[in-house]
Amino acid sequence: MSSYTITIGTIIVIQAIAVCGLNVIVGYAGQISLGHAAFFGIGAYTAAMLSTKAGLSFWTALPLVIAIGGFIGFLLGLPSIRVREDFLAITTIGINFIVEAVFRYVPFFGGALGIGGIPRIVFFGERLKGMTFLLLCLVFLFLVLLVCWWLTRCWASLACYAVRDEESAASTMGISHVRFKLLAFVIGTSMAALAGSLYAHYMQFINAGDFSFPVSVGFLSMLVLGGMGTIWGPVIGTLILGVLPEIFRPLVDYRILFYTLLLLLMIRFQPGGLLGEESAMRRVLAPILRRGKA
Amino acid sequence: MLLEVKDIHVAYGDIEAVCGVSFSLEKDELVSIIGANGAGKTSILNSIMGIFPPRKGSIIFKGRDITAMPAHQRARIGIRIVPERSRLFPRLTVYENLLTGVYGLRKKIPVDKRISWLYGMFPILKERRGQLANTLSGGEQQQLSIARALISDPELLLVDEVSMGLMPKLVEQVFGILKQLNEEHGLTILLVEQNAFASLNISTRGYVLETGTCALSGSAAELMDNPRVQEVYLGH
Ligand SMILES: Nc1ncnc2c1ncn2[C@@H]1O[C@H](COP(=O)(O)OP(=O)(O)O)[C@@H](O)[C@H]1O
Ligand SMILES: [Mg+2]
Repeated sequence: MSSYTITIGTIIVIQAIAVCGLNVIVGYAGQISLGHAAFFGIGAYTAAMLSTKAGLSFWTALPLVIAIGGFIGFLLGLPSIRVREDFLAITTIGINFIVEAVFRYVPFFGGALGIGGIPRIVFFGERLKGMTFLLLCLVFLFLVLLVCWWLTRCWASLACYAVRDEESAASTMGISHVRFKLLAFVIGTSMAALAGSLYAHYMQFINAGDFSFPVSVGFLSMLVLGGMGTIWGPVIGTLILGVLPEIFRPLVDYRILFYTLLLLLMIRFQPGGLLGEESAMRRVLAPILRRGKA
Repeated sequence: MLLEVKDIHVAYGDIEAVCGVSFSLEKDELVSIIGANGAGKTSILNSIMGIFPPRKGSIIFKGRDITAMPAHQRARIGIRIVPERSRLFPRLTVYENLLTGVYGLRKKIPVDKRISWLYGMFPILKERRGQLANTLSGGEQQQLSIARALISDPELLLVDEVSMGLMPKLVEQVFGILKQLNEEHGLTILLVEQNAFASLNISTRGYVLETGTCALSGSAAELMDNPRVQEVYLGH
């Protein structure tokens, strides 16, 4: 594989991890979030600070990064629980702008220059780059998908689905919507923080602009394209939107326009996404899958 | 006294839907509140369940003031509702919908035993157990909604217009099951209905609700004999 392909692949896998996290919040718990890049950024900055200023390795810092990401997700999730859907969209956009501004203007976080000199991840004495780093990211993506799969199987998901579809009916079943929305927020933002940490150690240099609002729109487009609430949707969506601009170079300049248009078109014509329950793709694939099983 | 509702007022903005209604239920009773469309029946049940709090008044369950308690906690202490139009979780299967009923409980429920008991009472649910709830017919949805509320072994069951949109034969069947639950299993039921005849028929007592106030009350037999009830609600 050429190093170009590996670079694109690594970025796609890292983004897919973040989009899986967004899927837990949006797809499983039905909470709109337009500020997911903020949590991606919080993970990246935490990892960057811990490795450059505190001298921790990626591995020792990782539990902290995930915990901090989840905790901040919890704090920011609290007000989000209280507001209506349309306000939630605006609140999360606001969170994204605030977090980006803090990174950009607070000197402690490197200010406009960002943070550089982030060390590579060392695994059994080997500094991971290229193919080995991609493999590490794939392992993490696999683990994240396992967590998502487990979430769709366990009790909590039943409650989450119930809350998403019929909030007041769920409360009359003894299900506290606050608890499950918060749980989804915490799990979703922790995944974003994990992705952010990988991103920081991969790029070795990060900057507030990497976590701006358009990045959040990109994440949401990937999720909506692939299919909210499905297991593989985030991966498929990220793959398609990650590869397309590479094939059609002119798209790069119009990325945001393209993402936004795609988002609108998908929501209008195929709200379940490519892998959704009643999607065109499912209908095409269904006979093949059935034959495969038989 | 299992449930006491004291002078509750429910309002939506400026619209007063319930203006000072009081009533009570003893343990093991089956009581109906009958009233026309818009009389405030759903508003009363929703405030007992905690879905929409009353503006004034208090609700006492087993001697404890629960007026300020959130709905999910009321569900845990033994109050369950069969809401108007079922309100199932459309993208969960019949079986999963049943399971949501035990989710929040602190006490241990022998789930499998409970489910087979419910399947015995509602055989159609057993047949359809793997089907998504939004693919059920109206009658099947109502049965699932009742079963979902019953799985938690509640002490008080609130039933909101379960007869709505059902064929007469199904109404009879569903009301038969409610009566059986009350008589054989000692379940306390508060039934809210437009269908006065069917509900008074299985009730011990009843209240007549008119535009947010309690117009009449008495034993089911008294109400059925009341000329006003006969004229307005029984169509004699
Ligand atoms: N969410 C709501 N917002 C505004 N008005 C409502 C709402 N729910 C009910 N109402 C009004 O309150 C009154 C009583 O409604 P409801 O309790 O649903 O009566 P019923 O269940 O007896 O048909 C009606 O006039 C209805 O229009
Ligand atoms: Mg009603």
